[in-house]
Amino acid sequence: MNRFLFLYEFKTRLRSVFWWALSSSLVILLYMVVYPSFAEDMALVSKTMAAFPPEFRAAFRMRDVDISTLLGYFTFIYLFLQIFLAIQAGNYGVGLVSVEEREKTADFLLARPLTRSRILTSKILAAFASLFLTDIWIWASAFAFVYAFRGTQPFDSVPLAKLLFALIPFQLYFFAVGLFLSLLVRRVKNVPAWGMALGLSMYAFGAFGDMMGETFLEKITPFRYFDPHDFLSLGHFDPAFLAAAWTVIVLALAASYWRYLRRDIYSGI
Amino acid sequence: MNIIETRNLTKYYGKSRGIVDVSFQVEEGEIFGFIGPNGAGKSTTIRLLLTLIYPTSGSATIFGKDVLRFGPEIRREVGYLPSEVFYYEGMKVSALLDYAASFYEGEFRERTRELADYMELDLTRRIEDLSYGNRKKVGIVQGLLHAPKLLFLDEPTSGLDPLMQRKFFDLIRRENRERGVTVFFSSHILGEVQRLCDRVAIIKEGRIVEISDIQTLRRDSYKKIRIEAEGLSPDVFAFPGVTQLEIQNGSARFFFKGDVNLVVRKLAALNLRDVSVEEPTLEEIFMHYYE
Repeated sequence: MNRFLFLYEFKTRLRSVFWWALSSSLVILLYMVVYPSFAEDMALVSKTMAAFPPEFRAAFRMRDVDISTLLGYFTFIYLFLQIFLAIQAGNYGVGLVSVEEREKTADFLLARPLTRSRILTSKILAAFASLFLTDIWIWASAFAFVYAFRGTQPFDSVPLAKLLFALIPFQLYFFAVGLFLSLLVRRVKNVPAWGMALGLSMYAFGAFGDMMGETFLEKITPFRYFDPHDFLSLGHFDPAFLAAAWTVIVLALAASYWRYLRRDIYSGI
Repeated sequence: MNIIETRNLTKYYGKSRGIVDVSFQVEEGEIFGFIGPNGAGKSTTIRLLLTLIYPTSGSATIFGKDVLRFGPEIRREVGYLPSEVFYYEGMKVSALLDYAASFYEGEFRERTRELADYMELDLTRRIEDLSYGNRKKVGIVQGLLHAPKLLFLDEPTSGLDPLMQRKFFDLIRRENRERGVTVFFSSHILGEVQRLCDRVAIIKEGRIVEISDIQTLRRDSYKKIRIEAEGLSPDVFAFPGVTQLEIQNGSARFFFKGDVNLVVRKLAALNLRDVSVEEPTLEEIFMHYYE
């Protein structure tokens, strides 16, 4: 790893980290602020929810959520956090090397006495650091707001911590797949569009699965791998899904190195 | 010792041609010109030597080391000024140059400051606020600040005003003379290559068509001559070296190749109203290789 490259990469992403983390914590805050009034009228809320058609609930991934508990309620928030983090991590992955190539600063970097693998490692670690910084902020605000607005509800911090911790492999999945996809093409014109497409299509795959029962698409989406409802009913995530997630992460990163080390860096033509 | 040596270096981008069978040697301390029209393969060659792209076939060495195996080691002693300079927009010039210097072992602040002073580059400005010419200056300084032994200059003068071009050439000559820097200079402007280089390779449609020293090239190349005078007839120009003669309304144009004294003596016999002698353009030089 090269320290200067790492620091440069980390610093350029700080502003983006700030906005993603801030919006995520605002979502948590908004949901938790209204939680006390929900909790008072839980019977009514559950009845209203049940009145929605099952397909509708499935599209919002609320199959059989028991929102009468604090953690059940938190799964709503969790889903939003997942969507945010999927897009953020996807953006970082897709943009990791493609932005420099598009802005033609890649020449500046690759003409230096660094190996390609060292360049990629420094960049990947810097992106990990950015994602981790976002996580720390989210963890802190989740605990703070849940604690502040929990009212009289019982609250167990261990499952919440486990859920929040699972955001890490969830992000890495989108980062690694985004990076790999960006290295399949010669040029990525619009990084946020790619990140958004990756995150939302994976979300849709999960929602299809909920609406139509078991499908193949469900098997490839981290929204299913890290389904908070599974976690609540089982007490843990499905080990097979966890293994699938980590396998995809490792394979996508390995394939990214393989592609990047052999990649032609085009000039402005 | 050959600083650069390529053997049948070939690059295809999919099916489209980059360069084909490019072989040449650049000796230590030489200023080597690499000239050809846009799209001929100049940048491709430089990018292959820097392993920004990988060859389809053939090989290349720099400092006697294979570029594919020893890329990072070679690049420690190499400076590169890309043809298009786009640098990290949000940065200040000084921060960018510090960043560039951080990849090399040593302390380069003093030299960076000297180079920036010489090129009249303001270190406190932001890259995004710089004009194209000033960005080019940033490119020049970042390419030279670590005191490389070999310099790749890809179309370095575009965007520089004539005064700056002159200063830049003086700088390159000084680096070459005082530090023994070998220079690989690509351009599509024959005049600047003639001014600076010892030897030149001409590349056309991906292939090297000629490698010669500048004197030979100049001797072998055409002059474009246009005159206005009374009593012009084809007989006046009936001497060796004249080609593509056109006479109309008291003016004549032709290309001349050979001893210029001969043509000057012939023209002196005429009563001229006007005369112009021009360097041929690169395309016109290339005509020579079509014959």
